[in-house]
Amino acid sequence: MARKLLLEHINVPGINTLAVYREKGGYRAVEKALKTLTPEEIVEEVKKSGLRGRGGAGFPTGMKWSFLAKPEGVPRYLVCNADESEPGTFKDRYLMTHIPHALIEGMIVSSFALGANTSYIYVRGEMMPQIRILERAIEEAKAAGLLGKNILGTGYDLELYVQPGGGAYICGEETALLESLEGKRGNPRIKPPFPAIAGLYGCPTVVNNVESIAAVVPIINDGGDEYAKIGIGRSTGTKLISASGNLVKPGVYEIELGLPVEEFIYSDEYCGGIANGKRLKATVAGGSSVPILPANLTLKYANGEPRLMSYESLSEGGFATGTMLGSGGFIAFDEDQCIVRNTWNFSRFYHHESCGQCSPCREGTGWMEKILHKIEHGHGSMEDIDLLWDVQRKIEGNTICPLGDAAAWPVASAIRHFRDEFEWHVKEPMKSQSTNYGLANYANPIEKKEEVKQENL
Amino acid sequence: MLKVEETQPVEFSSALLAKFDEIIKRYPEGKQKSALLPLLHLVQAEFGWTSVPAMDKVAEYLNIQPIEVYEVASFYTMYFLQPKGKYVLEVCRTGPCCLVGAEKIMDHLEKKLGVKEGEVTEDGLFSWRGVECLAACGFGPVLQIGPAYTFYENLTEQSVDQLIDDLRKK
Repeated sequence: MARKLLLEHINVPGINTLAVYREKGGYRAVEKALKTLTPEEIVEEVKKSGLRGRGGAGFPTGMKWSFLAKPEGVPRYLVCNADESEPGTFKDRYLMTHIPHALIEGMIVSSFALGANTSYIYVRGEMMPQIRILERAIEEAKAAGLLGKNILGTGYDLELYVQPGGGAYICGEETALLESLEGKRGNPRIKPPFPAIAGLYGCPTVVNNVESIAAVVPIINDGGDEYAKIGIGRSTGTKLISASGNLVKPGVYEIELGLPVEEFIYSDEYCGGIANGKRLKATVAGGSSVPILPANLTLKYANGEPRLMSYESLSEGGFATGTMLGSGGFIAFDEDQCIVRNTWNFSRFYHHESCGQCSPCREGTGWMEKILHKIEHGHGSMEDIDLLWDVQRKIEGNTICPLGDAAAWPVASAIRHFRDEFEWHVKEPMKSQSTNYGLANYANPIEKKEEVKQENL
Repeated sequence: MLKVEETQPVEFSSALLAKFDEIIKRYPEGKQKSALLPLLHLVQAEFGWTSVPAMDKVAEYLNIQPIEVYEVASFYTMYFLQPKGKYVLEVCRTGPCCLVGAEKIMDHLEKKLGVKEGEVTEDGLFSWRGVECLAACGFGPVLQIGPAYTFYENLTEQSVDQLIDDLRKK
């Protein structure tokens, strides 16, 4: 069994309450950090752990913390990004629902490390049930002296608040999130200055994902060096993977980074294979924004070596033959799924969620949706495929925030790997309305398991 | 058809205003505008939507211009700028949910309720619409119903029928 650092006690009844969470060793990290460590020592431990941001970008958390400006007399803020909206990703919702205190504990330790006395957890507005769960957990922690004035008699004060969003994917981008937290539209800011210098209310601010903050707890408990022993290369520790799509057992899994992709999809410990005895056609390994890969490239590199679930291994081969770990939103497509239809669906999503600030993204996402709609519905021409390529290329890298790239990559990768399926839609407009292109040459290299017949035993 | 005059004035109850006062304390002095999103959620939970008079009152309470409230309410998808049914069924329509049948659920809802996306049923009880990813991809298809935003997961046509029948009886 793989080591579990975040979800170890997920099945313990009552783990959402302070009493049970403490019984299972909870809030040890707060005691240790506030009573025996200095803020600098905590930052050092997080640096040593090699923890990389779990929201998608994968930037080293300890380094992000060390960039925080510390001018005299100016408050600093820690803001937790719980605006989980990336299609395919639902790990933070899961963690907050079942073990809210893991996040609260991480927030206390991290806020202390950064010298913040007021911290916010920005939760997407649709997660009202999770907001209530967190607010209850905060009340419990406050009543136990773990939040508020003079925490555990150490003289450290921290107020922690939960802020609801209003339903906008863009607010997962950290500067848009800060705008939203200030009560404005979620338009990303031009950087620099980065939030570490001028963030919330113009003050130095760190924005971290829920899972990154929760991971600080085991790092402080066991030490950064212990954490770094788990995983592979620069992908240290464990990662929550949200598995969805045509899988036998979709859900949230905690893996040790470096697990072979094949084992993750097919072993009974994780997803248990493809649902309904079908074969795998393609995957999106890290949330809708990362490039889609055909089954053969998902499981193996172009040179035939097995691909692993880690930041480096998933991006092996660049965008030509690789993808990204992203937020760990793992979507599996079986042989009956239509790549054109899915790409259209994702394009509609990005068009809907574009904040409208930058022309390439505002206009480009709309055009991509329109062209894909046309091809999917049997009215496309070969030139449309080239036009689509042209549009996505003009969005990528030409916007203030990464939403433009995120909208372009799924389209680019779908054309790159599945061009024949797009062309089939153009050549067979009638047929494409009633049947699917099927598995074609993206064959899942793993043979279908033959059912063992009873009478043969 | 449900009809509400756009100009119909609203009164905020003292209970609602007490909640406002509580929220505004979360932010540093002078940064009360930060309370805007949570306040609009409270207004919508109370009145079912965010009307212009209600938004004006929120602006007055926060000591900001009305336009600062309108631009926010129109940016975020959760705020309704028109009255809706008492129960707004919001079905996730994004990729992963579509892989497991979200489109069928929306077709079924349209048939079952007899209204198109965004419209309100005769009795004023129901509206439905497709929304973007609700972060429950592994449990799809999913829908949510405000203002509590209760989630209903792993939907089937039967479970949707059951849900609507239960809500009708309430």
